[in-house]
Amino acid sequence: MADFNNGFWSVYIALVTIAAIIGCAVLLWVTSRAPGVPGSSGTAGRTTGHLWDEDLSELNTPLPRWWMWLFYITVVFGLAYLVLYPGLGSYRGVRGWSALSQYEQELKVADAQYGPLFQRYAALPIEKVAADPQARAIGERLFLNYCSQCHGSDARGARGFPNLTDGDWLYGGTPADIETTILNGRHGVMPALGAAVGSEQDVRNLAEYVLSLSGSPHDSLKAQLGKEKFAVCAACHGADGKGNTVLGAPNLTDHVWLYGGGVNNIMSAISAGHDNTMPAHKDLLGPSKVHVIAAYVWSLSNLGTPALAQSR
Amino acid sequence: MNAPVSRGQLTSRGGEAEPAVEQALYEARQKIYPRAVSGWFATWRWSLVFFTQAVFYGGAWLRWNGRQAVLFDLAHRKFYIFGLVLWPQDIVYLTALLVISALALFLFTAVAGRLFCGYACPQTVYTEIFSWIERRIEGDRVARMKLDAGPLTLRKFTLKSVKQTAWIALAAWTGFTFVGYFTPIHTLFHEVGTLSLGGWETFWILFYGFATYGNAGYMREQVCKYMCPYARFQSAMFDRDTLVISYDRERGEPRGSRGRKVDPRARGLGDCVDCGLCVQVCPTGIDIRNGLQYECIGCAACIDACSRIMSSMNYPPGLIRYSTENALLRHWPQGRIWRRVLRPRTLIYAALLVAVAAAAGVSLALRTPLKVDVIRDRAALAREADDGAVENVYRLQIMNTAETPRRFRIDVAGLDGIALTSPGLVDGRVEVAPAAARTVAVRVSVPAGHGRPGPNKITFDVQADDDPAVAVHEKSVFLLPRSAP
Repeated sequence: MADFNNGFWSVYIALVTIAAIIGCAVLLWVTSRAPGVPGSSGTAGRTTGHLWDEDLSELNTPLPRWWMWLFYITVVFGLAYLVLYPGLGSYRGVRGWSALSQYEQELKVADAQYGPLFQRYAALPIEKVAADPQARAIGERLFLNYCSQCHGSDARGARGFPNLTDGDWLYGGTPADIETTILNGRHGVMPALGAAVGSEQDVRNLAEYVLSLSGSPHDSLKAQLGKEKFAVCAACHGADGKGNTVLGAPNLTDHVWLYGGGVNNIMSAISAGHDNTMPAHKDLLGPSKVHVIAAYVWSLSNLGTPALAQSR
Repeated sequence: MNAPVSRGQLTSRGGEAEPAVEQALYEARQKIYPRAVSGWFATWRWSLVFFTQAVFYGGAWLRWNGRQAVLFDLAHRKFYIFGLVLWPQDIVYLTALLVISALALFLFTAVAGRLFCGYACPQTVYTEIFSWIERRIEGDRVARMKLDAGPLTLRKFTLKSVKQTAWIALAAWTGFTFVGYFTPIHTLFHEVGTLSLGGWETFWILFYGFATYGNAGYMREQVCKYMCPYARFQSAMFDRDTLVISYDRERGEPRGSRGRKVDPRARGLGDCVDCGLCVQVCPTGIDIRNGLQYECIGCAACIDACSRIMSSMNYPPGLIRYSTENALLRHWPQGRIWRRVLRPRTLIYAALLVAVAAAAGVSLALRTPLKVDVIRDRAALAREADDGAVENVYRLQIMNTAETPRRFRIDVAGLDGIALTSPGLVDGRVEVAPAAARTVAVRVSVPAGHGRPGPNKITFDVQADDDPAVAVHEKSVFLLPRSAP
């Protein structure tokens, strides 16, 4: 155990604890009786024999004896607790309790309660799960807990975090693709290509050409000049700029810009690159919860399909 | 403990060597056998016993709108009290209730001492019921003392067994009723019948039952003397004009027995015939003739007992009576005592009590059965749509605290051109089940060129379709980027 840097402190704390408990018992025993004056033994209303300032005497008003037993019971309780639970130095207690084991126990109880429901959904294809309003409600709650920090409560993302509702997918939008993305995560890299492209003017020309692919406002003369440089990009984005879902290379011919459109944003992407990660959720959530989340995410861009439209 | 040797000890003992004597600071409790009492105040106490227990035992069975009228559903955090459904957010009403209870205790205590203790405290009420059972089975004071002192005979065994059975049955029913306020009592009744109680239900029924049995059957006055904090701090609210149960020493002393025909004045006696009944009826075993003591719970049993003796002696009643320190000292008439009830202390308590009760009452009456929490997405401050409009995302937690399903219309206002969209809304509205909460993620957008960079104040208006009065106006903030992203 790494609680202490050597065994001495564990023993020291255990000894102090035990000495304190024994001390309490001794103190209790010693103070349950007091010296008194003859004839006044044990009778309520008599004085303890203490007298101050000539006539100020202290009455003995005994507490009921069960009250004293309560004190002794606390001593017994304390010792029993220290045997059963951690408390004496690094001793773990006979019951082996820890905060972590209690958490795992509660997790087990929750799994036993909700597990069958998730198992039922896990056996269904994602399209079927997405058509079930209860499953979508569960998926939404899970999404709000685990996904909304980056993708937003409305799943429409933000700069650098993809919009999940627009039907445009970096790694493919089939139910299986989405589930794989959530389970294993993704790591997308756009290398810094400033040097490969050439001068800043070359980068600008290339950016204008990229804008022209989607028909966005651009300078067509510069775009023409930048066209030949696109060979650098074609390896990932394809010769036609339609991207590659295997690599997560975005489609450059639509109006979806993860890091913002406009020539400046695109120039910075070309010269500095981008590195983006979607973390894996397999170990955190387990496959059956991911299945339900995937169904919810898939439903967001497929609300128009007949099955989902009916279930809404 | 080493006692310091005091001057008193030295002078009184003259330095002689005495054999060391020890005395116990704890001792076995002397069992108290209160004698049965009847009279005006006992009737009051019994009335309150019947009233409070009718409310407690009966209240759990009342129905309201097809559910239990009073139910504290801890698992779902809903607290049903007749037409009210309180949520954890309504904790302020519990605070108000506690403040009202405390102020009422202060007021009653300042006016007439430990009224609560003597008449309405559960400890008093259950002790009264348990003592009644005990008296019906074992007999009154003398019979009980004789029974306890005697050897274990078949008769004693039978009487004790019958008493225990009755006590345990009542205690179990009390525990059952208590838990019936947390688990619907019809379900609980069924579960008891089929022996399918849950672990916690079993525990709390037994725990509360055992507490009732132990406190009302055995602990009795010890709860008041050694355990109850109210007992100790109530004395801080007494003053010289507080009505307390008082023995009229001037009239009663010197006490002594005498025949009914004897003129006490001729024999130099006061009105106290020293019958000891006031001590015998006392549930805490004190002698009220020694003056006000902390053990006195203000039950007025001694007043009832003494008045009966006074009238049988043809003396005027009131040798022991509710009176004040000032009145006893200055021989005030009754009217003067009553006028002194209205004094700054009681007036301030009363004013505070009325103010808090009125505020809580008005607030409950004007309560909207709808709550809305607006939670702004914090990770992304703002985002720009393709057309240059700026979007912020919010989660609206809409809590319908009424017991009917409701549709709510959600609007946003505060900036020019501000608009709200959400896939969770149908026709700009959301339906929320009865006494349920629903989270809706909404996107608020402001067209390019509107508002100031930085935070802008906006408001969400949530209004029920069927009742425009059921509406909530929540403030929030819309962030506009300081420069184009």
